[in-house]
Amino acid sequence: MAIWLTENSKIIVQGMTGAEGTKHTRRMLAAGARVVGGVNARKAGTVHEGLPVFGTVAEAIEKTGADVSVVFVPPAFTKDAVREAIDAEIPLCVVITEGVPVHDTTEFWAYAVSKGNKTRIIGPNCPGIASPGASNAGIIPADITTPGRIGLVSKSGTLTYQLMYELRDYGFSTAVGIGGDPVIGTTHIDALQAFQDDPGTDAIVMIGEIGGDAEERAAAFIEQHVTKPVVAYVAGFTAPEGKTMGHAGAIVSGSAGTAQAKKEALEKVGVRVGRTPSETARLMREIMQSR
Amino acid sequence: MRGIAGRDDGARPRLQKGRTLVDLFEHQAKELFAEYGIPVPRGIVAHTAEEARAAAEQLTGRVVVKAQVKTGGRGKAGGVKVADDATDAYEKATAILGMDIKGHTVHRVLIEEASQIAEEYYFSFLLDRANRTFLAICSASGGMDIEEVAHTAPEKVAKIPVSPITGVDRARAREIAQAGGLPQQALDGAAELIEKLWAVFVDEDASLVEVNPMILSVDGQVKALDGKVTLDDNAGFRQPEHGVYVDKAAEDPLEARAKEKHLNYVKLDGTVGIIGNGAGLVMSTLDVVAYAGEEFPGQPRPANFLDIGGGASAEVMANGLEIILSDPSVKSVFVNVFGGITACDAVANGIVSAFNLLESRGEQVTHPLVVRLDGNNAALGRQILADAGLPRVELVDTMDEAAKRAAELAAVGA
Repeated sequence: MAIWLTENSKIIVQGMTGAEGTKHTRRMLAAGARVVGGVNARKAGTVHEGLPVFGTVAEAIEKTGADVSVVFVPPAFTKDAVREAIDAEIPLCVVITEGVPVHDTTEFWAYAVSKGNKTRIIGPNCPGIASPGASNAGIIPADITTPGRIGLVSKSGTLTYQLMYELRDYGFSTAVGIGGDPVIGTTHIDALQAFQDDPGTDAIVMIGEIGGDAEERAAAFIEQHVTKPVVAYVAGFTAPEGKTMGHAGAIVSGSAGTAQAKKEALEKVGVRVGRTPSETARLMREIMQSR
Repeated sequence: MRGIAGRDDGARPRLQKGRTLVDLFEHQAKELFAEYGIPVPRGIVAHTAEEARAAAEQLTGRVVVKAQVKTGGRGKAGGVKVADDATDAYEKATAILGMDIKGHTVHRVLIEEASQIAEEYYFSFLLDRANRTFLAICSASGGMDIEEVAHTAPEKVAKIPVSPITGVDRARAREIAQAGGLPQQALDGAAELIEKLWAVFVDEDASLVEVNPMILSVDGQVKALDGKVTLDDNAGFRQPEHGVYVDKAAEDPLEARAKEKHLNYVKLDGTVGIIGNGAGLVMSTLDVVAYAGEEFPGQPRPANFLDIGGGASAEVMANGLEIILSDPSVKSVFVNVFGGITACDAVANGIVSAFNLLESRGEQVTHPLVVRLDGNNAALGRQILADAGLPRVELVDTMDEAAKRAAELAAVGA
């Protein structure tokens, strides 16, 4: 079992014909994902990597039954690509692109909300989602872990890989890289809820980073709604503080946004927080062993 | 103040995910405001006390001498002074120039005509990260104590979500001003100013525009008396003119060199050079090294943040290593790579070619290098390094152990 992405998921790639799109389409196929086509208005009707290229997301869905889109288009075109996916009502849209202006992300998020949130958006600036042994939508390496019963949600790409690798003997139901941009589609809380509801997941690893108050909000959510064990890691205890200007943020949020504040908020609700990625893996190992 | 705590961008180190935010000086923010037709006091930037005197003479009458630093709390730190005439402006500028405000040295002052203030308000547009929308914040209780007001009397500070789809027109701007409790006589002027600020916010790809105080002058005008603007560097591809706001003078020379080579490098104050792949892993590496350092004499800490990114090539590794080895405070180097997309053999080849490159320039690598390679092709990568027989390279299996060894070597000062 897994969340959001299963062996039945049919994946299309927006921006498949570009360099990154091509490379990762190959990798996804090699990982056993069912990639069924790509989208590029200028190359509609051609074949790329043995897959049909469609003019629009809607057409790709109609012809292939795709239910997942992975977006690799450059930042300048990402907003329009995601809006197109939302218009086509594809159930899951994974936005890998790094460097999307925050005004664009905020706008396509508002658009998704205005259309009734029929499309789950993951990202932008994220490694995507992988359900080991079942499917892979994005750039998470498929061969560093095994299928299993741990769920993982993370703001960071390489830390996701590190934990997946360290816990490869237990394996993962699904790993979701939600990305570290200021505005993202799927949040820690969305993933925690899905893992809590997933019969194939026994325990959850959550990886956070300094900035914002997503981890503090996740802690409040865990206290109320998550009964499965959660271990967490937060990066950035020694990172230098950014320069701060103005008063607006302090008025909006009471959180300090520091790693320490996040750790304390999580520990307060019973989440065990590792000092290093390896210690975090050990904490999870203890939980899995005691089951 | 640190109080900005939790502020979307402020509390976020600039190194995160390679995203950089560009803060504007007050005078730059006001020049930008003026382009959008927002009323601001007349002002002239001065770099010396003599220039300050000349500016005050040109403006005539009372002026305000304002330190230009990219941090808050400058008023409370004594960085803003009223001067009665040009001679007084010279003296006030002498006192303020060179002043240190929260680690920022004052290199320039803004000489501005003094305003006749009747009332002070607060206004900002910003990104509300938690709710994934924009927010207008407006209050009739503006000025230096706005954070205190927000804390003790939150009902006096209106926070109004703004949809990026519908935006802010004059009528909406007026509603926001009313919600903030602004008096009748200020509403028209404030609505106009707010509508124009929204244009700045959207058209310039800002993540913050703040006016504190927004004033009602004695003659009934609503003006921006201060301005704080943070721009989103991700929008650089459609905002080419924003390049002028990058503060080259404030950049560390090593950071400037790293930027030329497209490396995501931030100079820190320790002695353990750090290279890793992925912002999260590198941030984590800084933490693990700092913890490990606590056990050794002098408590070695990380000397830098350097993320060589996802598809790190040999060339990128060589460039990174070169920057780190040219930092005189570095005593040991920790290369921490998890091969996800990056293959560890490529990283190992990068280390070998970096050594060759430095040697060909007649430079010897005298610092110890601790390398931890895991993930994709790790065994092959380790083999390449072992075969190369580089004198000062040590391979350590785990991140925690490698951090400890790097800290130990820095403590020894080898």
